[in-house]
Amino acid sequence: MDDNVRFLQGNDVCVQAALYAGLEFFAGYPITPSTEIAENLAYHLPRQGGKFIQMEDEIASMCAIIGASLTGRKVMTATSGPGFSLMQESLGFAIMAEIPCVIVNVQRGGPSTGLPTGPSQGDVLQARWGTHGDHAIIVLTASNHQDVFRMTVDAFNLAETYRTPVILLLDEVIGHMREKVILPEKGAIPVVDRLRTSVKAGIDYHPYLPREDGRLPMSDFGGEHRYHVTGLFHDMWGFPTTNPKIVHGLLRHLNDKIKNNISDINRMKEYFIDDARTILISYGSSARSALHVVHNRRARGERIGLLELQTLWPFPYTQVAEKCEKARQIVVVEMNMGQVLLQVKRAVSRPERVMLANRIDGVFITPTDIRNILRLIHGKGV
Amino acid sequence: MERLRLVFSGSGGQGVITAAIILAEAAVLHENLLATQTQTYGPEARGGATRSDVIIADSEIYFPKVIQPNVLVCLTQEAYMKFYDIVRPGGLLITDPRHVTILQTVDSRQIEIPMHAAVMDNIGDLLVYNICMLGALLALTQVVSIDSVIKVLETRMPPSSLPMNRRAMDLGIALGAKHNV
Repeated sequence: MDDNVRFLQGNDVCVQAALYAGLEFFAGYPITPSTEIAENLAYHLPRQGGKFIQMEDEIASMCAIIGASLTGRKVMTATSGPGFSLMQESLGFAIMAEIPCVIVNVQRGGPSTGLPTGPSQGDVLQARWGTHGDHAIIVLTASNHQDVFRMTVDAFNLAETYRTPVILLLDEVIGHMREKVILPEKGAIPVVDRLRTSVKAGIDYHPYLPREDGRLPMSDFGGEHRYHVTGLFHDMWGFPTTNPKIVHGLLRHLNDKIKNNISDINRMKEYFIDDARTILISYGSSARSALHVVHNRRARGERIGLLELQTLWPFPYTQVAEKCEKARQIVVVEMNMGQVLLQVKRAVSRPERVMLANRIDGVFITPTDIRNILRLIHGKGV
Repeated sequence: MERLRLVFSGSGGQGVITAAIILAEAAVLHENLLATQTQTYGPEARGGATRSDVIIADSEIYFPKVIQPNVLVCLTQEAYMKFYDIVRPGGLLITDPRHVTILQTVDSRQIEIPMHAAVMDNIGDLLVYNICMLGALLALTQVVSIDSVIKVLETRMPPSSLPMNRRAMDLGIALGAKHNV
C-alpha cells in the first residue's frame, strides 16, 4: 500500500490540505455539514504547534482569524450557510483591511437554518455579494477529493498572494463523502508564504503602500512596526481618510488586484469540449453527476462535453464565452435556482442557448435528473 | 471487476455506517480498488433512519450515490419498507429476522440471516453486530478479502476489542457461507 493513500471525507481532506499549506490558527463554531473540519483540526493543529479555538459564534470566529492573520499567522475558519451569514460583516473588514484568510463554507440547504444535512449550492451569490459595498472576492470549489486538496492549498496561496479573504465553497456531498485521495509529498504543490516587509524596525513602514508588482508586504502586528488597521477608507499608513482621490484609488485597488489577475486565479477543467454540441457547465458535487452523464453519452457517440468551474469568483466570463462559442446548447448543472446560470448567460453570445438543469429539494442531483432535462431540451420528451 | 453498488440501511447506533466505511476503506487501501461512501441521515444523533451507499469499482466513480443496489442490507423494518424495492433485479437483499419481517414481493435473492441471535448467543454484546453483518456480506459477495477488512479493523479498533470483533466477523462468515450455493 502506498503510504500516502487515504480513504477520507472531503472535510478531512480539507484539514490535511490546510495543514500542508501551513495553517497555524483556526477559530470556528461547529455546524453541520462542516463540523468534521473543526473536529479534526482540534486534534491535529495543537499537535503541530498551531492554535485551535472554539469561539462563542461565527461572528467571533471570523474576528479571531482576522486578528491572528494580522499577527502573521496563516488562518482559516469553517462553517455552513447560517454561520457564513454571520461572518459577512467582518468578511468585509478583512477585504477592506486586506487581511489574508481562508473561509470554508460547506453548503447546506437554505435559507436560514434550512436543511442541515441536505446538499445545496445556494450560497454562490452570497459568497460574491454577501458583504456590502463594491468589493472583489476569490471563491474556489472542487468536485473530488484530490481537487479539494489542491483547491484548499490554492486558497491559502491566493489569500497570501493577493492579501484577501478566499472562500472555499464546498457542499454537503463533497464534505461528507469518502473516497480515495493521495496526499501529495511536501513540496509537490507550491506553498506561498507570508510576504513580510524588509523595512527595518524604527523606520517608517507603510502597510498599504503597494510594491511595484502590486503586492503589499505585511508586518506582524504587535511586532516591529506600529501601524493602524481600519475598516474605514484609509491612506498608505492605514489611517482613516475621506480624501476622494485616496478613496477612489483604494476602491479601484481592491477590485483591480483581483479582476486584473483572473488568468492567474481562474481554474477550470474541461472534458470533451472541442467538438461538443452540448456543453454542460457545472462545479462542486453537481459536476460529478454531470461528468457521469457526459461519459455515458460520449460512449454512445453523442457530442457532449463538460466545463467544470473551480474558480467561481472572479467569474471567468471571457473563458466561458470562448469555450462555449461553438456549442448549440449550454446546460448549467447546479443545486440552486440558477446562480451560475445567470453568469453564464451574461458571459456567452446568444444567451438563449443557456438552460438550467437543477435540483432544489435537498437531494443530490442525479445523472437521471440531468438526462431527463437533456431529453426535453432535445425535444425527445421524458 | 463488475461495479458493485451496496446500500446499508438501519437505525442510528447499529453501526451501519461504520460497517460501510470499513468495507469501502478495505477496498481502497488494501485491494487497490476505487470506492466511494456516502450517507444520508436526519438531524437526530441516535435512533433515526440511516442509509449509507458504497460503490466499489476498478474505474473512476463519478456519481457516488446508489440508485439500484446489487446488495441491499436492511436492519430495521422501517428501512426495509422504505428501500426493499430499490434492489437490482437478481441482486441480494440481506435482512435479520430479529428486526425485519420480509414481504415476498421482490425480484431478488432475499436472505434472512439471524445475526442478532448469533451475536447475543455467542458474544453477548451487540457492539459488534455490524461486524457480524460485514462478515456475512463478505461470505456472500467476496467483494474484498477478509484479510483486507481485518487490516482496517486493526487500525480502527483498540487492540483490546479486536478479538471480539474477529469473533463477530467469523460468526458472520459462517452464517453467510450457509447461504452460498
